Amino acid sequence: METSILAKAIVCGCSALGAGVAMIGGLGPGIGEGYAVGKALESMARQPEMKGTLTTTMLMGCAVAETTGLYSLIIALILLFVNPFTGLF
Amino acid sequence: MDLDITGAKILISKPEWGGFMLTETVVVTWGVMLVLILGAWFLTRNLEVHPTKKRQIVAEMIVGAFDNLVSTNMGVKYATSWYLPFIGALFCLSLGCSLSSLIGCYAPTSDLSTVLAWALLVFALITYNKIRSGGILGYLKGFTDPIPVMTPFNIIGEIATPISMAFRHFGNIASGSVITALIYGGLSALSGLVLGLLPGALGETLSNIPIFAAGIPAVLSLYFDFFSSFLQAFIFCMLTMMYVASAAGDGAQ
Repeated sequence: METSILAKAIVCGCSALGAGVAMIGGLGPGIGEGYAVGKALESMARQPEMKGTLTTTMLMGCAVAETTGLYSLIIALILLFVNPFTGLF
Repeated sequence: MDLDITGAKILISKPEWGGFMLTETVVVTWGVMLVLILGAWFLTRNLEVHPTKKRQIVAEMIVGAFDNLVSTNMGVKYATSWYLPFIGALFCLSLGCSLSSLIGCYAPTSDLSTVLAWALLVFALITYNKIRSGGILGYLKGFTDPIPVMTPFNIIGEIATPISMAFRHFGNIASGSVITALIYGGLSALSGLVLGLLPGALGETLSNIPIFAAGIPAVLSLYFDFFSSFLQAFIFCMLTMMYVASAAGDGAQ
């Protein structure tokens, strides 16, 4: 009985840690999107008449670059709210 | 402090009807569909050749904007086919579903099932266009591109398309609602803590009212509800258009 409670505690604690570690994946999209936006701003300063196309393309690129960050977010959400490991013990 | 971070609530559950469940997602989506249908009906009543009424001008503006979007991203021949109403309906439904969180409803787009269904619809459209442009053999041969060793990776890449589309939309809207819930919880806990320092009955009464939770979340709601909803609806439609146009063999200009 006590072993089971201990196992559950370890699983819950490690899941919370894992959710935190998974969100390190948020770093990558942040850096990538910042770089994309910076480049888009440079281009806009050079050619202000291209503003509309550049903004649309930049938003598209940002959204695609965001995907990896969102994957880690979903891993974190799964670990926190629908933890598949707590049912094992 | 109690935080309410849950998925869609199940309103009616009938296991004897083959696992039928009526969730909040379905009900709110019906509401949004009703609003969209009534709006479309209202805007397109008594159309005239030379518009004099405001609502016909608004309707023409909306249709013109979608026409412009589809013809610049997919080509003019798609703007006259059923792709235009499909993209328009997808955009309006996505936007309506995301914005329904503004009036306190559960946003159906923060349920993975909704967006995964849309993404699978788009995936079927992509596959249909690939087969139509290259034939079934050409479609299957496309998996061995550039060398046959790459086949498993190409299959994974094909499956990743709808999954990444669905997760992008779901992740953005759901993370917004989770962060909003966390901020509400944090602010009400903080106001309880700070106002509890006031002496006597005054502090006891005030600490039960989450005063700090008024105002501040509204600013964040501008980003998470308005901007994010518009952006995700737009990006979902843009990706749909780009994938379909490139699958059909005539990509964007």
